[in-house]
Amino acid sequence: MLSEFRGEASGVVALDKIPEVMATLKSEGFTYLVDITGVDNQGEDPRFEVVYELCDLSKKKHLRIKTTVAEGEPVPSVSAIWRTADWHEREIWDMLGIRFSGHPDLRRILMWEGYPHHPLRKDFPLAGLPTEMPDIAFTAKAPLEGGPFVTSSATLTQDREPRAHPAEERNL
Amino acid sequence: MSSTVLPISFGDAVARTAEASTNLSADDVGEKLVLNIGPSHPSTHGVLRLVLELDGEVITKTDTEIGYLHRGDEKIAENMTWNQFVPYTDRLDYMAPLANNVAYACAVEKLMGFELPPRAKVTRVIGCELARISAHLLGLGAFAMDVGAMTMFLYTFTEREKIYNLIEFLTGARFTTSFTRVGGQIRDIPPGFLEGVSEFCAQFPAQLDDFGSMLNRNRIFVDRTKDIGIIPADVALDYGLTGPNLRGSGNDYDVRKAFPYLDYQSYDFEVPVGQTGDCYDRFAVRMEEMRQSVGILRQAVAKMPGGAWQVNDPKNVLPAKDKVLTKMEELIHQFIVVTQGPDAPVGEIYFGAENPKGELGFYIHSHGGGVPHRLKIRAPSFCNLSILSNLLPGHTVSDVPAILGSFDFVMGECDR
Repeated sequence: MLSEFRGEASGVVALDKIPEVMATLKSEGFTYLVDITGVDNQGEDPRFEVVYELCDLSKKKHLRIKTTVAEGEPVPSVSAIWRTADWHEREIWDMLGIRFSGHPDLRRILMWEGYPHHPLRKDFPLAGLPTEMPDIAFTAKAPLEGGPFVTSSATLTQDREPRAHPAEERNL
Repeated sequence: MSSTVLPISFGDAVARTAEASTNLSADDVGEKLVLNIGPSHPSTHGVLRLVLELDGEVITKTDTEIGYLHRGDEKIAENMTWNQFVPYTDRLDYMAPLANNVAYACAVEKLMGFELPPRAKVTRVIGCELARISAHLLGLGAFAMDVGAMTMFLYTFTEREKIYNLIEFLTGARFTTSFTRVGGQIRDIPPGFLEGVSEFCAQFPAQLDDFGSMLNRNRIFVDRTKDIGIIPADVALDYGLTGPNLRGSGNDYDVRKAFPYLDYQSYDFEVPVGQTGDCYDRFAVRMEEMRQSVGILRQAVAKMPGGAWQVNDPKNVLPAKDKVLTKMEELIHQFIVVTQGPDAPVGEIYFGAENPKGELGFYIHSHGGGVPHRLKIRAPSFCNLSILSNLLPGHTVSDVPAILGSFDFVMGECDR
């Protein structure tokens, strides 16, 4: 059940078993929840992955628990087990749009309330998307394009440096 | 032209207070006032916004609003090669850019499976500890200034200046260092640098004693920090607090001891912990940590080994610049590493480093190749601030700057 990579143990747990497994692990010594991360594997089914990093401070052990979740499906919240999970889960909802059932206060945390997108999804472009507040979320081209320190393009290749291509050309 | 003098009566302060309290109507009692602090307020050290609900002067509810400095660092990371992201790590905890560079490079090296040569490790330890002292000095100065001891700020900045000079000597930049690359650093330590560090170590502890004596018998400072903002050890851990904020509560978790990286297990240093977990303990822990860092610096300078300062993996590590300009092979490697990035294996890792603010972690999910599929930054300030809505209620408004100052957070890292 546990896989190893670079000396770290990872385990995969079914979505509905998460609260039960986490409560057991906490009672077995994994008292410190380091982090929760959401990963967008667009094109795969189920689409998202939620990764929990746990730490046992007395035995100096690290453990990673992963679960997969489909789009629109809620993940059971672990904020009742570790209060630090509260903000991590809010961040995942904000950035990836994964809902957590049983979370006491699932609001956006980094973006503002009412922002329509989830920026860390793979289908969200790097340059941003238009919103109703254009002054805040500007939708200009990629940040370097046309900036003050970018070499302007010249007809002769020898006269210009090879950088600052438009985003669509730049798929190396 | 004659002027008339209008006498103004202030009355007796005690009598006025008594009058104000007797004139309270039943409606006023229990009436809540919502007070907004920030996002731009001197005591919020950046752009943190606190919405406080007050009953008189006592806080009854707190809502912590973050995100004003959100730049989408994690999204940016998914769109660039491993080495291109290094400058962005400068801007996480911008009080200790060098420590962030090291933590990020170590994380990618863990993914790549690199084992650094001893000289690179010791160089990085020196960088980390210099950054720790510099960050703690700023945190200390700003904290003291927030609670009414202005002098400290100027003293700590004098010392920081010396560290900045050393960092400039080492990296070429004072602030945004971008010193590390995957598999090593941008260059070897310059001649004369170790002597500079020794010189700093020789004079700094005396300064530190001065700072201590300026604060730990300062009546205003002690009154405003002792028994204020007490966090029990189990609550601190429950909220994911790390660094001096956790150790101030008596928990001795230090990544350098628990999960040693860069051979920290071979250095002799102690992990200071507090007793009660109040603002004063967090201050005292930082003071002692600086002393321990000086000890680590001395040991690192004494044992600096010679030899390679980069991993020997030409296909993934940037070659020496002079060879790039004269040798074919190195030119090809330079081209590949710069344009495509070091070729990482498929896999996922988590690497945590003990930064000045706490455990800075990087979770990297790689699908192979030169760019991460997902890079998550576990920012210590983010977790540290999440406790505020639990901690602040019950304190008065005047305790807020003391508690925020003792937390020593950085919004650049919190909002990413």
